[in-house]
Amino acid sequence: MPSKPLTRLLRLSLLAAAALSGTAQAASPAELLAGYTAQAGAQADAARGQALFTSRHGRDWSCSSCHGALPTQVGKHAATGKPIGALAPAFNPTRFTDAARSEKWFRRNCNDVVGRECSAGEKADVLAWLTTLKP
Amino acid sequence: MTLRSPVLHALAGLVSALGLAHAALAEGGNSRPRLPLLPSYQQECGACHLAYPPGALPAASWQRITADLPHHYGVDASLDPALRQELSAWLTANAGTWKRVGAPPPQDRITRSAWFVREHGEVSAATWKLSAVKSAAQCSACHTQAEQGDFNERNVRIPR
Repeated sequence: MPSKPLTRLLRLSLLAAAALSGTAQAASPAELLAGYTAQAGAQADAARGQALFTSRHGRDWSCSSCHGALPTQVGKHAATGKPIGALAPAFNPTRFTDAARSEKWFRRNCNDVVGRECSAGEKADVLAWLTTLKP
Repeated sequence: MTLRSPVLHALAGLVSALGLAHAALAEGGNSRPRLPLLPSYQQECGACHLAYPPGALPAASWQRITADLPHHYGVDASLDPALRQELSAWLTANAGTWKRVGAPPPQDRITRSAWFVREHGEVSAATWKLSAVKSAAQCSACHTQAEQGDFNERNVRIPR
């Protein structure tokens, strides 16, 4: 019988594989965070995630431009004005429940905000911060 | 029940016929029934802006738009190739059905179409700048039924 850490590792690698192959895979924010942390090989830092999220990186927009400085409520798309549902998982249970979907948005939005894809460590930091936000 | 049923049937038929005619006329005065949106179109494109009716742009515009999603009006809207292909085919197949849609508008923007500019000529500059409006791309700021594909003037409520 496989030990607990081993099954956990197996589950995380399945999630990572799902993210890479683009197939939908139900997950929890905690599992996605664990996956990014394992990929980064370093502990996530919520404060660093908040700084990344709320500052601009040499371009017009920060993550906050659309999601709000505190993404616990509905945001507003900076170009179109369309409402964007809260991003913090405790305020919106659909967030970070699908590895491929999270990967898609990280890829696009980091490209718009930072001008490149975010590293696994950066994603872990942001997600670590988002999961600290509680009602 | 049996006594009233022929009359009721006839009435019900008339009412539903009127309802259909109404629905058909509701799309910005166009005489076509509203097109049900492809769920993946609603989900992917509708995440950032109203899922614009495919009929409001000609096929050439939709083809150019879906061919360059990584540079989508200043935003990375990239999709995986299979999904991109699916959306492109559906948009192209349903393109240009609105009455006055003709040549591609500048930058393939619905809001730069001659008919759009004409129809919105009476909207003041101050209205466009309202925080509730913000962008001409946000149809639903004034067209209260836009999410349902209904752009009828009678459902317009301009915010103050």
